Amino acid sequence: MKTFDLKKKKRAEEPMDETARLRRRAVAAEKRRDFAKSLCFLSPSLLGVGVFFIVPFGVVVYYSLIDGVGSRNFVFLKNFIALFHNSAFLMAAKNTLSFSVLAVPLAVVLAVVLALMLECRIPLKSQFRTFFLSPMMVPVASVVLIWQVLFNYNGTVNELILALGGGRIDWLQSDYCQWVVILLFLWKNLGYNMILFMAGLANIPRELLEVADVEGASETYKFFAIKLRYLSPTVLFVTILSLINSFKVFREVYLLTGDYPFEKLYMLQHFMNNTFKSLDYQKLSAAAVVMALVMVVLIALLFKAEDWFGKDVEG
Amino acid sequence: MKKKRYFGRGAMFLLCAFFAVAFLLPTVLTITNSFMSEAEINSNYGMIFSTTTGGYVSKTVNLKFIPDKVTLSQYITGLIKSPEYLLKFWNSILLVVPIVIGQVAFASVAAYSFTRWRGRIRSGIFFFYVILMLMPYQVTLVPNYLVSDWLGILNTRWSIILPGMFAPFSVFLLTKFMRRIPYSLIEAAKVDGAGEWDIFTRICLPQCRSALYSITILVFIDYWNMVEQPLILLPDAESQPLSVFLSSINSGEIGLAFAMATVYMIPSLLLFLHGEEYLVEGIANSGSVKG
Repeated sequence: MKTFDLKKKKRAEEPMDETARLRRRAVAAEKRRDFAKSLCFLSPSLLGVGVFFIVPFGVVVYYSLIDGVGSRNFVFLKNFIALFHNSAFLMAAKNTLSFSVLAVPLAVVLAVVLALMLECRIPLKSQFRTFFLSPMMVPVASVVLIWQVLFNYNGTVNELILALGGGRIDWLQSDYCQWVVILLFLWKNLGYNMILFMAGLANIPRELLEVADVEGASETYKFFAIKLRYLSPTVLFVTILSLINSFKVFREVYLLTGDYPFEKLYMLQHFMNNTFKSLDYQKLSAAAVVMALVMVVLIALLFKAEDWFGKDVEG
Repeated sequence: MKKKRYFGRGAMFLLCAFFAVAFLLPTVLTITNSFMSEAEINSNYGMIFSTTTGGYVSKTVNLKFIPDKVTLSQYITGLIKSPEYLLKFWNSILLVVPIVIGQVAFASVAAYSFTRWRGRIRSGIFFFYVILMLMPYQVTLVPNYLVSDWLGILNTRWSIILPGMFAPFSVFLLTKFMRRIPYSLIEAAKVDGAGEWDIFTRICLPQCRSALYSITILVFIDYWNMVEQPLILLPDAESQPLSVFLSSINSGEIGLAFAMATVYMIPSLLLFLHGEEYLVEGIANSGSVKG
């Protein structure tokens, strides 16, 4: 309160009539009241987030820097170095990364294709949208049975391959398993991405496309010169979103193959689950901190990219 | 020229149809297969799930669309004869419903705050919410585990419900919806002497009714589908939701698994069919992380 008044005096050195001063004071008081009010409304959520996420995450950071919950000696980076020498962690990180590298571009490109297809004036457009979006609403647990029927060693896909004169592939117990999960991932996520792209396409100024039509531009030219430019923020957003979703693919793998999948499908979340079982707080915390840092970098890139491309097409 | 256009559109339609079939097939197959009798399931998929329950087991897998004989026997077994599945279904409801209600309630109040007042501190907090929203489970589960341990709620439902209630996703989305409410509306109410709580409940909430619905759907789907949290925070098999339990149905009861998988889809599919427009609007609005 006091410091506030002092500041006021300094600013008010030039002569000022009483009403102006009063008004300024009233505005400041109003501002403070607003801040208090906003905090009132925010506090339930902020309290919960604080208790369940922020404070314990602080403790996680602390745990990642000490040698044990009992002894509490500060060891700085030792846990992280150990983590990066842990073969299970490295394998999980590598698998998750390799999954993302394959799945994310597909999730973006195919979603653009779906959105563009629905842009054309085809019949049953809204029905198609419903169909493409429907996998999102089906719990993964409900459809893994079908995936198992399709990709079992004696499953339908292999029957088909045999009928076409090929050899059986052990889908879930070989390096092909990655593609089985990618298929499930795409099936589930393409609808969501497609809606984002449709929203992006709807934002393209119609006049621009009409002018291009009048000038006799080809569809390909219209796509690369106009649509893709306006879609670029959406492309970036969907890329990052799919990247984040690809980190969550453990769910599909777990339901499909259980606790101990083929090596290629051992994901970061498997590593976390196994570490939870042994309750190695140091390893867990270090892994969580590393993941958080990676995510923060990704999110920062997202924001930068959104700024950069957003400016380009504004207005 | 015109002819070419028509041809292009026809091809596009066929391509769409192909994708549509591919997208619908798994769901439809699960549903139709749930109406098969145990014997028929065994004769079709015996090779895969290698049951030893006897009866004819086919050498090849026979993916079938339409059952030879439509029967509800699997549903009767699952829902009436063995209460186990119903119990797991009930567990799912007990977990998801409080989370959805809690998250939407807390989020709408917080979103009002983010909409109504802005300042550097508050936009900082909002930015933090966005970051938290984008964090994967690998990051958030460790803090959740620690708090649950401190509060002594580990291995109870609350260890999933409480963090779920405060997940920042709906705060983010609802704020984006609320910022579209014309400010003049709020101003007018203020001039008429309405308090903040009145403005919130009488103007803001009714204005974003459809937003609340679309967020409810999105949050429901997310948690109805949960696997990671129960595995770590709720290892007790008794109280796990059906989403986790379905995968552990043993191979002898594969027909039953199809039926229960179908039952598990019903709530989210109903929500989808009823609120698709809202859902689409909700997704479209999540399309930018900037406020």
